[in-house]
Amino acid sequence: MTPELLIGSITLLVLAIFLGVELITKVPATLHTPLMSGANAISGISIVGALIGANVAYAGGSTVTSGILSFVAVVLAMINVVGGFAVTNRMLNMIAGKKRKRGA
Amino acid sequence: MSALINFMNDWISVGYLLSAVLFIMGLKKLGHPRTAPRGNQLGALGMLVAVVVTVASMQLEGGAQWTLIIAGMAIGSLIGYWMAVRVEMTGMPEMVALFNGFGGAASALVALSETMKYLEAGASIPTGLELTVTMVAAGLSALVGWMTLTGSLLAMYKLKGGVEIFGKWIKTPTWGPTWLNPVKIMLLISVAVLIIKSISEPTNTDYLWAIIAISCILGIILVLPIGGADMPVVVSLLNSLSGIAAAFTGFIFSNSVLIVAGSLVGASGIVLTFIMCKAMNRRLIDVLFKSFGGSGEKADLTRTKVGSDADEVAMMVDGAQKIIIIPGYGMAVSQCQHQVKEFADLVAEKFDTEVKYAIHPVAGRMPGHMNVLLAEANVPYEQLIEMDEINSEFPDCDIALVIGANDTTNPAARSGEGPLAGMPIIDVDAARTVVIIKRSLSVGYAGVDNDLFYMDKTMMLFGDGKKMMTQLNNAIKEI
Repeated sequence: MTPELLIGSITLLVLAIFLGVELITKVPATLHTPLMSGANAISGISIVGALIGANVAYAGGSTVTSGILSFVAVVLAMINVVGGFAVTNRMLNMIAGKKRKRGA
Repeated sequence: MSALINFMNDWISVGYLLSAVLFIMGLKKLGHPRTAPRGNQLGALGMLVAVVVTVASMQLEGGAQWTLIIAGMAIGSLIGYWMAVRVEMTGMPEMVALFNGFGGAASALVALSETMKYLEAGASIPTGLELTVTMVAAGLSALVGWMTLTGSLLAMYKLKGGVEIFGKWIKTPTWGPTWLNPVKIMLLISVAVLIIKSISEPTNTDYLWAIIAISCILGIILVLPIGGADMPVVVSLLNSLSGIAAAFTGFIFSNSVLIVAGSLVGASGIVLTFIMCKAMNRRLIDVLFKSFGGSGEKADLTRTKVGSDADEVAMMVDGAQKIIIIPGYGMAVSQCQHQVKEFADLVAEKFDTEVKYAIHPVAGRMPGHMNVLLAEANVPYEQLIEMDEINSEFPDCDIALVIGANDTTNPAARSGEGPLAGMPIIDVDAARTVVIIKRSLSVGYAGVDNDLFYMDKTMMLFGDGKKMMTQLNNAIKEI
């Protein structure tokens, strides 16, 4: 970890926060729940951290405890990701299905 | 060969960038009705890219441990998919809260696993800046992650209303004396102190367990005092927190996509939280630190109201020119949206009555909850009118049919006193006749008695939403 890398990471953090605030401004009430659910699925990005940690642990880079913890982390993150996107998809299909009928 | 590996390593960052761009586009599109399904797909695609890039980079850096990694991912995917497909539309808010808790827990476990490496022999302890960054990031990730887990689990049981233990229904408690607020702040400060101390003594396990224990307690006492009416706000806030936990985890690995995606969700989650607070005319600070609702007041009910029956209401419906339906959580619980749609079709066909739906921004347990349920029953989109637009129509409305909504129609909100003070409501009391389907006269989630029930023009249909709507529909068919 060099100071440059840390500053770079903090830059990413700050810019992404501003971007996140700007992205969500006017959202119709219909989409509040799907949006929350979709954002929740994206927060399952911790799967990437879980995978990296797990790989190091499994390869013998650390202890059995770390290995077990990492395995549980992968499972939980994956539930968050797959479940989150699937649930959002279900909600949106209902709303969108409605729309198509109106257009027809 | 080594040239190839170097070449691939450069492309890993590009892969993460692509993934981050997909997340940004996905979130953006999720905010517009027409593009929302595509937005969700882009988000999922971004996640796929991130996972593939991660596994590919591990393979290049000395081999991925395929068996255990695939096993973990397969188990998680199956459970997640099974839960998502199985859940009823009414259980959606609880499901989001639960998934949220899992996401937070995953981040916290990764942080724990990383610090464990130093505690048990084997891994060399980093020094200087790297040590500081790792311990601070792991500590903050643990704080936010464990807090999200316990808070989300409690929020889930609060949304359910209680938990069944050995066949006995235990109601989820709401408890929060004012002295709890300074305790929350003290616990937060103590975690900060512990993190700083853990930098100078990275091998001391006591700090680690203390941080975890305090964070778990913080999650519980943060959600415990908050009444059910504010639960959507809490779930949204916890969603934001789980994103922040992921971003902190990103600092441990200096991983760009974790930082970007985590802070995107953290920031957009906070914005959504404020949007919800605004809809209820409450401030986030009040929601979090001024507890209200749900406790004790039920015993104070002294007034009574004679209930009507379906035939009586059916006669009122015959001759009404305009009916506005106000759905609430009761419709979600009894799953009667199809009966509601049938009712609307019946009266439109038989009496040529105009039917509209008034949607309060926080009706149900999540914003947009009613829209999703009514969409499921194929209610035409243009009949769903938001509160601000429809309130002026109530004086011309013959019947306002309230189905399991309470706080969102309570005139007490206009008085400027009590827990509901200032919350915008649907002006149901301006309608010529009010019909309310509700199981009893009991208070709503906010714990405030509703004067609407006792007005002379109000007819109460006491019973489960589905049962009463079916009776009402049958009564109308017989006319």
